[in-house]
Amino acid sequence: MAKRAMTVDDSKTMRDMVAFTLRGAGYVVTAAEDGKQALGLLASNPVDVLITDLNMPVMDGVALIRALRADPKWRALPILMLTTESDAAKKAEGRNAGATGWLVKPFNPEKLIEVVNRVCG
Amino acid sequence: MAGAFDHLKETYFQECAELLDSAYVQLAALEDASADDETIHAVFRAIHSIKGGGGAFGYDRMVGFAHGLETLLDLLRDGRVAFGRELGALLVRATDALSDLVAADRTGQPVAAGFEDALLAELAQAALAGQSAASPAPAAAPPAPPVAPQAPATAYRIHFVPHADLFASANEPLLLIRALKRLGTASVTADLTRLPKLESMDPEHACIGWTIELVTDAQRSDIEEIFDFVTDHCDLTIDAAASCEPHQAAAISRADHAANGHGAQAAAAPAGSGADRSRAPARGAMSGERRAEAPAVAQTVRVDVEKVDRLVNLVGELVINQAMLIQLGSLLPPDTCAGLIGGLETLSQHLRELQEGVMAIRTQPVKSVFSRMPRLVRELSAQLGKEARLFITGEGTEIDKTVIELLADPLTHLLRNALDHGIERPDERVAAGKPAEGSIHLSAEHRSGRIVIEVSDDGRGIDRERVLARARARGLLAADAQPGEEEIDKLIFLPGFSTVDVVSNVSGRGVGMDVVRRNVQALGGRISLQSRAGAGSRFVLSLPLTLAILDGMIVAVGAESYIVPLANIVESLRPKRSDIHAVAGCGDVVAIRGQYIPLVHLANYFDVPDAENDAARGIVVVVEHERAGHVGLVVDELVGQQQVVVKSLEANYGAVPGIGGATILGNGRVALILDVAGLHGGATAGRRAEARCPSAADATTSAIQ
Repeated sequence: MAKRAMTVDDSKTMRDMVAFTLRGAGYVVTAAEDGKQALGLLASNPVDVLITDLNMPVMDGVALIRALRADPKWRALPILMLTTESDAAKKAEGRNAGATGWLVKPFNPEKLIEVVNRVCG
Repeated sequence: MAGAFDHLKETYFQECAELLDSAYVQLAALEDASADDETIHAVFRAIHSIKGGGGAFGYDRMVGFAHGLETLLDLLRDGRVAFGRELGALLVRATDALSDLVAADRTGQPVAAGFEDALLAELAQAALAGQSAASPAPAAAPPAPPVAPQAPATAYRIHFVPHADLFASANEPLLLIRALKRLGTASVTADLTRLPKLESMDPEHACIGWTIELVTDAQRSDIEEIFDFVTDHCDLTIDAAASCEPHQAAAISRADHAANGHGAQAAAAPAGSGADRSRAPARGAMSGERRAEAPAVAQTVRVDVEKVDRLVNLVGELVINQAMLIQLGSLLPPDTCAGLIGGLETLSQHLRELQEGVMAIRTQPVKSVFSRMPRLVRELSAQLGKEARLFITGEGTEIDKTVIELLADPLTHLLRNALDHGIERPDERVAAGKPAEGSIHLSAEHRSGRIVIEVSDDGRGIDRERVLARARARGLLAADAQPGEEEIDKLIFLPGFSTVDVVSNVSGRGVGMDVVRRNVQALGGRISLQSRAGAGSRFVLSLPLTLAILDGMIVAVGAESYIVPLANIVESLRPKRSDIHAVAGCGDVVAIRGQYIPLVHLANYFDVPDAENDAARGIVVVVEHERAGHVGLVVDELVGQQQVVVKSLEANYGAVPGIGGATILGNGRVALILDVAGLHGGATAGRRAEARCPSAADATTSAIQ
């Protein structure tokens, strides 16, 4: 069965790029604009891997990771952060919150596929 | 898939517009103090998003600028730089400049070089105020990853002991080991000594260690990359079992350090502290952009090209089939078979759409190859100590994907040539009364059913004396031959020709313009050259839009049918006898609206019996070719228009002057497709009676797929 992925990003471009890239690699992709929306969607649409931006309005990526790790249901969900070089502090926060890994924006599509494949098997 | 990528770009630019609008609104709010904490974050996010998307599309310049702006905004939102009126004005100006840079990327019209430099300096200056203690801001462009030499297969012993908390980040040792196995052959042994008794086992704690013997030709860094996410959550040593060189010893000691536990933070590069800020990008860039050099094309196409080609071929066969059906259908009595005939018509319509759809899969804007060129020019001119700017137009022009991919090499070569041989050094240019900065124009456009790509420079032009001397020295030209200027220029397309005495590592690498010409010809294209001493050179590549299907006009000559590519046809007419004149040494010409056009009697040309040789009783099909103007083909009659599937004659039989290929008609018969340029060659050579350059005689006639 096709693996399911969710991209969480306030930028439509990034959502579309992640979705486009992962769909090409055979994933079924859903998208959310911020952490809160992601949590809402996840309740009815479970996924196998989640790729989240860190800087988002309403509920940012770190808060999303914390919320997911606090829920036994999502404790083993691979979560990748999309970070940038200027986000070192946020990234550290994300790692402490339980992110599985990270990808630096702008990401190379092949790299994204490789990393997503690596963390979710 | 190209469409999908374009769609992404479109989305991106739309979003940029919104983000810029929002940034302006928030900046205005900052100014009139109606701002709250969220305001500056919103500006930051907007610029951040523009930068993030731009990087993915390779808009390096705009991204570099956005980065400078973002750095300042970051300090501002952290409160390390205080907001003031001046700073506000600077931010607005910077946002203006960013808008311009985004617009430049959208339209493909680059802004002037150095346009953003002064502002970037101002931004950096303003950022310095908040960074005095911290390390300098990282450069906008991350350093390129060091190119490690390809190592032979090495045996590594990897000792991997996850800390108990590894699972907390949802990392799975099994997947890491699988990733290792993809690098080479691995044998894995598990260390179960830490395995607790079943009753005291906590399934959320990792307790198994592994030793992996890996034989791989991958770099150590590739192995390290796999463990990138878990370096904080495990003890890891990677020993090169086979050859242990000094620099590896250092790496091992680093790994040992990590294994001790306390060193792990230091060993894992993208660490969290603010002081590490400046190092983080380099590391991130290494893993994230390793393949940044890969062509844009490869990133956008996810369908095996062979599959598309199969589809194209199949559609080609269908087109032939449909033509046969239509022909049979035309024999049916319309009153009793109206339904069938109507159905056939619908079929052809749909087939046409299907064909367009399939061809559209294969076409994409030349942008994907053009976009690589500015960087080439930048880097090369720096390397050569020259100043040059590249102007690109028509990058949205669409062309068959196979053509695009094969275009990269010839274009790269032409640009290298322009920079290396064409553009002079700045001091030479100034001495010659030209601006110190040379310009190179790269353009693409559709012209009479073909795509025409031009590379022109305002450099020194072709040094004909030297070309001539070199050609004679190499025996490429008889010592007493007196070729005209055009012929001299064509000499540079000869194999083994190189005018630079010292082979430079830029363009004179043993392959020359002959390779470019061969590549272009392989695409069914032609290359021509115009040059003026001291004023520059212009290379014109003319390529077919697609290699597979052609709109053709079937003409009858005696019992034979020929196909004239519709794209070449200007008009068809039956001239009055009084308009036909015989000109000495030139054959017949026909006067059309005051213009004299040479006639080619296909019956004579192909030696067809029982065909009309008198233009006044047959039909004259006027065809044009970008190189030689108009020619009138004398045929018996026009049979009709049809799409034909081009089958290579060269591959199946051999090159025939004046013939571009063959096809199968609706009635199952084979018809030959005329190569207008080849016919032109015949017509104009006879007319001009000029000595023709031996090699160029005629590259153009063999332009078949």
